[in-house]
Amino acid sequence: MEKQEMRAVYARTLVEMAERDERIVLVEADLMKASGTGIFRERFPDRLFDVGVAEANMVGIACGLSAGGKIPFATSFGCFATRRVYDQFFLSGNYARQNVKLVGTDPGISAAFNGGTHMPFEDAGIMRNIPGLVVFEPCDPVSLKKLLILSAVHSGCTYMRLHRKPVEAVYLPDEEFELGKGKVLVDGTDVTLIACGAILVPEALKAARLLAEEGVSAAVIDMHTIKPIDRELVLRYAERTGAIVTCENHQIVNGLGSAVAEVLAEEYPARLRRVGICDEFGEVGMQDELKERFGLTAEHIVCMAKEIVSNKK
Amino acid sequence: MSLCMEKRDEFEALERKANQIRRMTIEAIGYLGVGHIGGALSVVEVLTALYYKYMDVSPSEPGKKVRDKLVLSKGHAGPALYAVLADKGFFPVEWLHTLNKCGTWLPSHCDMNRTPGIDMTTGSLGQGISAAVGIALANRLDGIDRKVYLIVGDGESQEGQVWEGAMAAAHYKLDNLIAFTDYNKMQIDGYTRDVMDLGDICGKWDSFGWFTQRVDGHDFAALTAAIERAQREKGRPSMIVLDTVKGKGAFFAEGRLDNHNMHFDYTLACEACERLAGTK
Repeated sequence: MEKQEMRAVYARTLVEMAERDERIVLVEADLMKASGTGIFRERFPDRLFDVGVAEANMVGIACGLSAGGKIPFATSFGCFATRRVYDQFFLSGNYARQNVKLVGTDPGISAAFNGGTHMPFEDAGIMRNIPGLVVFEPCDPVSLKKLLILSAVHSGCTYMRLHRKPVEAVYLPDEEFELGKGKVLVDGTDVTLIACGAILVPEALKAARLLAEEGVSAAVIDMHTIKPIDRELVLRYAERTGAIVTCENHQIVNGLGSAVAEVLAEEYPARLRRVGICDEFGEVGMQDELKERFGLTAEHIVCMAKEIVSNKK
Repeated sequence: MSLCMEKRDEFEALERKANQIRRMTIEAIGYLGVGHIGGALSVVEVLTALYYKYMDVSPSEPGKKVRDKLVLSKGHAGPALYAVLADKGFFPVEWLHTLNKCGTWLPSHCDMNRTPGIDMTTGSLGQGISAAVGIALANRLDGIDRKVYLIVGDGESQEGQVWEGAMAAAHYKLDNLIAFTDYNKMQIDGYTRDVMDLGDICGKWDSFGWFTQRVDGHDFAALTAAIERAQREKGRPSMIVLDTVKGKGAFFAEGRLDNHNMHFDYTLACEACERLAGTK
């Protein structure tokens, strides 16, 4: 299947939304070229504010635009959109009950050659601590477009992890989504792979195929919304399969793995393994090399799945 | 009556109002026994000028879209603004006695979702200017011909974000933004010049592209003249640096380095209010 550049989908969808809703505005901090939002500025030159290399100001201005009745999207690399502006987004945005849609690009290893300084493995985790904030990570062009539109409609702040690179579609174009509701991509009975994002959802799907070859029936869930986590879906599959492997391009602490672990520990203890970054910083490399380096591969998921399935027996 | 006498009468009325706001602020904080008395009292005159002479705001429509707005970036001065808003009828004056009590609508730092009349939530210093820039940009997009006023602290001006916002406001030529620096020359750890000297504060704003003035922040004649000059300025934002006294008007606090967040009992507060009442 043909790949689509995610940032192009992001920018196109923003333009489409802005055509329909004059409240949609965009704030950038000298990464417009990286975000691919130049087409937004061409179409709406008065509604894109590139504030220069000043992320705190970018988020603060977005919060003020929201206070003035706008629906601002603000985009930067995920490391800057979270770590660097946490207090601005926390206080002027979320505590002030504003309506800012923050987008952190290049999640985890997709930062590739920008390396450890630019490689957010913790962004979803720190954002998950902000009361009421919706945190999500689309896995393909279809879910990106649909979830982006839903985030604009959502009343309140959101944080999206945006993989910028070309990605194959996981979904058919008419698939419908709901923030906070995961999608069952493959049903199964022995183990459930709960994944998010453009790298790990495809890896989980591949892992399920590999497991099937070995006689293990694996369900795959695209848990695109990390907060609020879809508790009902996690519990349903915990009961059905009794074994869960979470898969994320993020620290296993505080992200998707933790969110699932919290649900299981509180409601239905089941066997759990977490595939993700294990208390390490990022480093430079090609994305495929980094997948191997950090174990974000179908093969690693298969190992984890087989381990807990065999323990179950 | 001559124009001169009319002006004098107006300034005297503003001074009486400021005296009342100052007493209400001291009394409210004194009722609790602790609070940010210093930085609240240094902005009483500018708040009085804005809310009783210039700002188009109405207690019956606090959420109206087309109106002037104030971002009190030094959010800890909230109690002075609460006194103004209570006096203007945004909420009952009795609320002032709930200041900082659990469940209050009047928290230590300004909260737009709790207090009627508050236009932006503040409290983490340095953030208000960016919010004010955003509101001013939104107004411009919507063709709303109203001003956004902004008050930053002098200590607050040590935050880098203040200067990010300063650069942006000038870049976007926001002549609908009028800012004030409450230059009371003190901060928590001492005199501003000793902790982290602001240097040529007017020169800094001027060089960032702002129309900059400096006046006595407790003198209504100077203050109102500066505001009116700023309102006429086209093509750039305005900064009015206010020379003020931290703790102004509270005999037990004025000019003291420990008045940022001060404990004082209600008896002392009442005595300060009586002394102030005697001066106007």
